[in-house]
Amino acid sequence: MTWGPRTKETLLSLPSMVWLIGLFLVPTLLVFAISFRPSTPFGGVGEGWTLETIRGLANPNYPTIIWRTVWISLSTTAICLTLAVPCAYFMARAPVRWRSFLVMLVIIPFWTNFLIRIFAWKIMLHPEGLLKKFLLMLHLVEPRTILMYNEGAVLLVLVYSYLSFAILPIYAATEKFDFGLLEAAQDLGATRLRALVQIFLPGISRGMITAALVVFIPALGSYVIPEIVGGPSSEMIGNKIAQRVFVDRNLPHASGLSALLTLAVVVPMLLVLMLQRRSPSGLSKPEGRA
Amino acid sequence: MANEFSLEIKNVTKHFGTFTAVDDVTVSIRQGEFFSLLGPSGCGKTTLLRMIAGFEVPDQGRILLNGEEITHLPPNRRKVNTIFQNYALFPHLTVRENIGYGLKVAGTDRTTLRSEVERMLDLIQMEDHADKKPAQISGGQKQRVAIARALINKPQVLLLDEPLAALDLKLRQRMLIELDNIHDEVGITFVYVTHDQGEAMSLSDTIAVMNHGKIEQLGKPGEIYEAPRSSFVAAFIGDTNFFEGNVISVIDPEYSRMKIDGLGEVTVFNDKHIQQGSPVHLSVRPEKFQLGRDRPEDPAARLNCFEGVVEDVVYLGSHTRYWIKVGEYRVAVMKQHARFLLDEKPVRWKDRLWLWWHADDGFMLEQYHEADEELLSVPDTES
Repeated sequence: MTWGPRTKETLLSLPSMVWLIGLFLVPTLLVFAISFRPSTPFGGVGEGWTLETIRGLANPNYPTIIWRTVWISLSTTAICLTLAVPCAYFMARAPVRWRSFLVMLVIIPFWTNFLIRIFAWKIMLHPEGLLKKFLLMLHLVEPRTILMYNEGAVLLVLVYSYLSFAILPIYAATEKFDFGLLEAAQDLGATRLRALVQIFLPGISRGMITAALVVFIPALGSYVIPEIVGGPSSEMIGNKIAQRVFVDRNLPHASGLSALLTLAVVVPMLLVLMLQRRSPSGLSKPEGRA
Repeated sequence: MANEFSLEIKNVTKHFGTFTAVDDVTVSIRQGEFFSLLGPSGCGKTTLLRMIAGFEVPDQGRILLNGEEITHLPPNRRKVNTIFQNYALFPHLTVRENIGYGLKVAGTDRTTLRSEVERMLDLIQMEDHADKKPAQISGGQKQRVAIARALINKPQVLLLDEPLAALDLKLRQRMLIELDNIHDEVGITFVYVTHDQGEAMSLSDTIAVMNHGKIEQLGKPGEIYEAPRSSFVAAFIGDTNFFEGNVISVIDPEYSRMKIDGLGEVTVFNDKHIQQGSPVHLSVRPEKFQLGRDRPEDPAARLNCFEGVVEDVVYLGSHTRYWIKVGEYRVAVMKQHARFLLDEKPVRWKDRLWLWWHADDGFMLEQYHEADEELLSVPDTES
């Protein structure tokens, strides 16, 4: 029996499709659906349909928290990319025998449990902690300054946690990049910086997009980090969702918040995608063509 | 341009760690010249090119472009452009944008940029592919885009780093002609790096044969081929036969007699200062030999005739290589047609033949290294 290339393609992508539909699309739709169910006093999901949750989402605190969540996640992504690109560049330009060692260095933190590393930060940032003492010694902070329980601490630990995830895809792209292209650009009159911006960055753009997604999406849903090193003023939407589930035992409300977060991310992404579709050229637009 | 020389390289040396890539090279390249750096990999030709382009800085020595020192200028401030071996076209830009990149960087206004790019597209006949990405065009087309991208900047010198190495044979031959035409058209100096003697021979005004970081011989293609100075040049450029012996007498200012061990006495042309009794090596190209069933007439006594036995006949299409055992030597002889003898019978294995060459066709080498014999396509001495 012979299969055409189309059939083969479909068959090959079937497992991942089943995975995506079963474990991603269906649960997301379920979350959306549960938002329209009433809650039961025992923390379950009741029968029938109601708009009670939607009305509850009008809570004036939520826009602030969603805005903060998006802002912190975007900042985390931006900082991670900014740090990861030079890192990946130097890793990829290092002598071959050094490279796997450098990749190891990036991966080693994963050997320690995530929670333990977050608690380690808590100890470091503590008013009596190492970092505070060190900064005091350098007279960079005043004795009264609190390093923890604020947005800065959350951002710092988020960047720390996700930096490796940003470095790895960018490194993979950088390693494949033909550095001869930078010489070609310089040969054509570009300064080193210009060559890096105009030739290198577009060359690793795929890695950067992957890195941005891999950092931004988990950062949006982060809950442990703001819970441990953040305070009431740096709560993220993940904390609110957790509170609704564990404290209020209100699953529909938690689902509503989750749905809101999903929409807050998916809608702008779809808009961007549509805009890109409309002008497919972007960089490759013919120079000054009518 | 006021200067006679487009490019002057003065005592340039470059080390990488303990390895000396370029060793005290001095050479001057005339305006508009097609200059080739020819040599095996690792001979320093690419390093020299990269120093001219500005990607490497010499440890010692100076490089002058039209009389101005550029030794320490960064690549973007030199009026030279490079065509890279793998073309190095920017994959995210279209053909048009690739060609226009240099002018865009230079801040050329839009109208000029557009018309210049169109002119270049016309020159390389790529108008129909102007909006394609490099991944969508063929190797030969990429090559042409790379040439246009360099030439649009009107460089004073165009550097070419093995530009044809990635192409297949037919395309390479076509691009050779195209490169030659482009050189005639733009009239600027070309510095061409290659390990392919055929490319260098057919394109160059001057060839510098490089070995171990030094220029072994500098000259016109004909000079390099006909009068190689060292065993390296003789063996690297085409094939040859080496003979070892001593000068026994200087007959007159033009000719000497030389005794080749295991062969006999021969007459050689005195193109070098030689002293009686000095050991020398003689190089005779395979196509310089004549073959015949009878000993030729030689009233002027300028021919070196020996009787030998055909040991091998290798048919190579356009020509045939014969291995002939003469004395202790196994001599490679190249002939174009199978029926070149007077009796029109083809030369066969085990035929007894006369083999001779004119005294002017053998060249005494100034330098001889036994290792260079490995460069010959088939070792020609005792097998």
